[in-house]
Amino acid sequence: MGSFLPSTAAERREMLAFLGLRSADELYAAVPPEVFLSQPPDLPPPKAELEVRRTMEGLAARNKVFRTILRGAGAYDHYIPAAVGRIASKESFVTAYTPYQAEISQGVLQAIFEYQTMICELTGMDVSNASVYDGAAAAAEAVAMTRERGRSAAVVSAAIHPDVLATIRTYCFGSDTDLIVAPAPGGITDLSALKGLLTGKTACVYVQQPNFFGLIEPCDAIAEAVHEAGAKLILGVVPSTLGVLKSPREWGADIAVGEGQPLGLPLGWGGPYLGFMAATSALMRRLPGRIVGQTTDKNGERAFVLTLQAREQHIRREKASSNICSNQALCALTASVYLSMMGPEGLRQVGGQCYAKAHWFADELCKLKGVKRRHSGEFFLEFVTDLPVPPERVLSALEQKNILGGLPVEGGILWCVTEKHTRRQLEEALAVIGEVCLP
Amino acid sequence: MKLIFERSVEGRGNSLLPPLDVPAAGIPESLRRQTPPRLPQLSESETSRHYAALERRTFGVCDGFYPLGSCTMKYNPKLSEEMAALPGFTDIHPLQPGHTVEGCRAVYDLCGSLLCTLTGMDAMSFQPAAGAHGEFAGLLLIKAYHKARGDSGRTRILVPDSAHGTNPASAAMAGYTVVTIPSTAEGLVDLDALRKTAGEDTAGLMLTNPNTVGLFEPNILEVTRIIHDAGGLVYYDGANLNAIMGVTRPGDMGFDVLHLNLHKTFATPHGGGGPGSGPVGCKAHLAPYLPGCALTGEGGRESIGQVKAFHGNFLVVVKALTYLLSLGAQGVREAAEAAVLNANYLKKKLADRGYIPAYGGLCMHEFVLTVEELKKRTGVSALDLAKGMLDRGMHPPTMYFPLIVHEALMFEPTETESPETLELVCDVLSDLLRQAETDPEHVRSAPLKTVIGRPDETAAARRPTVRYEWG
Amino acid sequence: MNIPNELRYSKTHEWVRLEESTAVIGLTDHAQSQLGDLVFVNLPAPGDAVTAGEPMGDVESVKAVSDVYCPVTGLVSAVNTELEDSPQLINEQPYEAWLIRVEKISGTEELLTAAEYEALIASEQE
Repeated sequence: MGSFLPSTAAERREMLAFLGLRSADELYAAVPPEVFLSQPPDLPPPKAELEVRRTMEGLAARNKVFRTILRGAGAYDHYIPAAVGRIASKESFVTAYTPYQAEISQGVLQAIFEYQTMICELTGMDVSNASVYDGAAAAAEAVAMTRERGRSAAVVSAAIHPDVLATIRTYCFGSDTDLIVAPAPGGITDLSALKGLLTGKTACVYVQQPNFFGLIEPCDAIAEAVHEAGAKLILGVVPSTLGVLKSPREWGADIAVGEGQPLGLPLGWGGPYLGFMAATSALMRRLPGRIVGQTTDKNGERAFVLTLQAREQHIRREKASSNICSNQALCALTASVYLSMMGPEGLRQVGGQCYAKAHWFADELCKLKGVKRRHSGEFFLEFVTDLPVPPERVLSALEQKNILGGLPVEGGILWCVTEKHTRRQLEEALAVIGEVCLP
Repeated sequence: MKLIFERSVEGRGNSLLPPLDVPAAGIPESLRRQTPPRLPQLSESETSRHYAALERRTFGVCDGFYPLGSCTMKYNPKLSEEMAALPGFTDIHPLQPGHTVEGCRAVYDLCGSLLCTLTGMDAMSFQPAAGAHGEFAGLLLIKAYHKARGDSGRTRILVPDSAHGTNPASAAMAGYTVVTIPSTAEGLVDLDALRKTAGEDTAGLMLTNPNTVGLFEPNILEVTRIIHDAGGLVYYDGANLNAIMGVTRPGDMGFDVLHLNLHKTFATPHGGGGPGSGPVGCKAHLAPYLPGCALTGEGGRESIGQVKAFHGNFLVVVKALTYLLSLGAQGVREAAEAAVLNANYLKKKLADRGYIPAYGGLCMHEFVLTVEELKKRTGVSALDLAKGMLDRGMHPPTMYFPLIVHEALMFEPTETESPETLELVCDVLSDLLRQAETDPEHVRSAPLKTVIGRPDETAAARRPTVRYEWG
Repeated sequence: MNIPNELRYSKTHEWVRLEESTAVIGLTDHAQSQLGDLVFVNLPAPGDAVTAGEPMGDVESVKAVSDVYCPVTGLVSAVNTELEDSPQLINEQPYEAWLIRVEKISGTEELLTAAEYEALIASEQE
């Protein structure tokens, strides 16, 4: 009963009898006696639903939920419209499997086709896959995509998210790809140093826009240099900026990847998130993961199917370019609902408000004595300040007021401001910080 | 049915954000997007209708029988959904300081401890987001282990020919050469072939047990011994754990490292193809290499690094923990036994109605039928029968896998199906068999009652259209 | 089953037409019927070296990928670019839809006559 079995013990005894068996143990005759557990494993006893609920709620209560979150660094506190969660919780969407049987899965397949289209529109690219695990995995898979005969080195900027860099590095450990890090003194990729690192062996360059510190990279110039060297440019982007910020296509990227969490997914202590991957049409067959395509059925009706499957692991096995078997389907659906609820105008508002509020907050912070921006140059959504006191003091004072301050980075703080923060919330934070920074 | 872009009307939208309450700031022209994205412009009411229509064209576990082999489409408990939606879990930023996330840590500690006990492992990381992701991480643990011991000649991973495609693909991604080990006529690992192949260049063997034809390897202790004697490690693909949880443990069988599929064995929902969770577990000698997180400073000095950002699919792990706490020690075993019982019951009933199992005797939680003979006689194939099931409101079993059986249909009913559902399945399949004999063309034209008929997959692959194009 | 007499055949179901110093290579009618509807072809590039008996590319159908083996050793001088957009030409006209041309030939595999190839197919089908 507690194990969600519909059958009763009596019914199961009858079924055993039908098979000519007396006990369930006999089903495991092939298991060597040395490893057959004669006692149940050392787990707690079963609990009824009400008890389990109390235990899990107790665990949740041991976390601190902040009222104001001024921290980004790859996970962003944007407003999620009510319809998004509701629609994404529809039971058939939640409990369906991968749409291998197209005839009864047109709902999932069409939703993914729509998602792929929306990602193409956001990034300006020609083709998108059905998503991968997260933005970091997407970056690593994009690097792998660009490997070809004679080109097996990847160059990444030092100004990217440290977790993304670590993930790319781990994937390169697997594939024995040379990974070179281009320096970013002053928080922005050093263009001339980057040019010096490009050779005939370079497969790709990966840069984030905006980068980990919120700064705008000179992507026009980077794209030119990368293409001159015969390599591909991969841009990692934050989708909530793309309502207003130049698209990866407009910057000259060959592949656009990023973390889709800002598109309606909760912070959730890091997951599940959403990795999107989009590329120019020339690179379509190199995209890993699932792709949904349009076709017709035998009656001429429009239909959607998983396509280009001959790239994937279940067909190519060890010759597949990636082992990825699943996507983040429900997260992709969630993102599609968010983008549909927002529309181009809503996304423009999100981008515009994030830009304005982050800039206003930065200006107000820098009015405090001893506080200044660490880097100069254009920024979007996030920025780093140096302070006259250790970051920990500022952060713990903010914590007392239920505010999660920015991320401590190299002695400073990386702040993030989104459309969700009211002026009042920001003024409250400024008051606390101002007090801590008083000489 | 229209695409959402075909419902879009210029100027429609919703009122979601209040106006800006700080001074406006102009984004410099050089940074501005020139072509706006053509996202849908709809009211909330139309969006709601659109997705409701899509839901009607979707088939979930809630909609009917779903016996996909090795996918373990068991019932997804609703308490798990509610617990994963608690604000105390959903509103937590992944980079919050440690003392503010004791609840999250406790979820991982408790779930990790329960799963290690269940599988006979010593340590676990919840970072991998899916089974294939866990495989990749696990193989990197093996790679790091041999590298640390200066054992650089171990370049090959052995994989049975019955293995799921992710096994060799993950091995290739980890930089290994894949060597295929044949199966015997009984569907088991060929021990002689294994002895001959395992050697100084063997980094390890990947195995799932029970295997993909639903059989438990009776010689498993010999298999792991052969690999260990050759100096290699043994990887357990946890996809089929549902057959044996609480009954026997991979760690006791000799496996060094494994991944689990929380979205299979531990009842977290499949979501139409994700998100899942594929934690990687290992014995103590591999624990130093487990993934960490750069931004939080977790992970030992010898860690392989990380396979994605942050901590893994945390909210999915919350669901798995909720499920595990519900089942407890007795429930876990009971579920496994019932899964195996249901599979054997269905197998015998189908065999009694004229279907041909690929392997005789008792199976574990899944079994494979072959309709090769039916196809030769009537022209009706595994695919045709599967499409016939769609017209009866059932999801078909897995088709054409594993590769070692021709015209294969792999059934995994799971423990959450009732005896009367299994009877109904037999009636449907028996009827299809009869139709295949008397009116094969009808079966070959299925499905006829679904929103579309069989799609033209060749056209889809030859001239791929993978996004909507405005006319 | 179409097996033109003037061509030579490999045991892995490729056909070869030797023209002075160039070899033209394609897939046989038997091969295309076994493979089913082809959706994509992966071929080497002009200038690439190919080796007799080794895989030189692959062909994809919806559900499978199959290696294509090169029957000769040499350098690829031309690739049939029509196949990029129209892989089905191999199904429709297997002996016109050539895959690659090879020059500077320094070796070949054991090549069969039409009669020997026909016998091979018959024995494989037993």
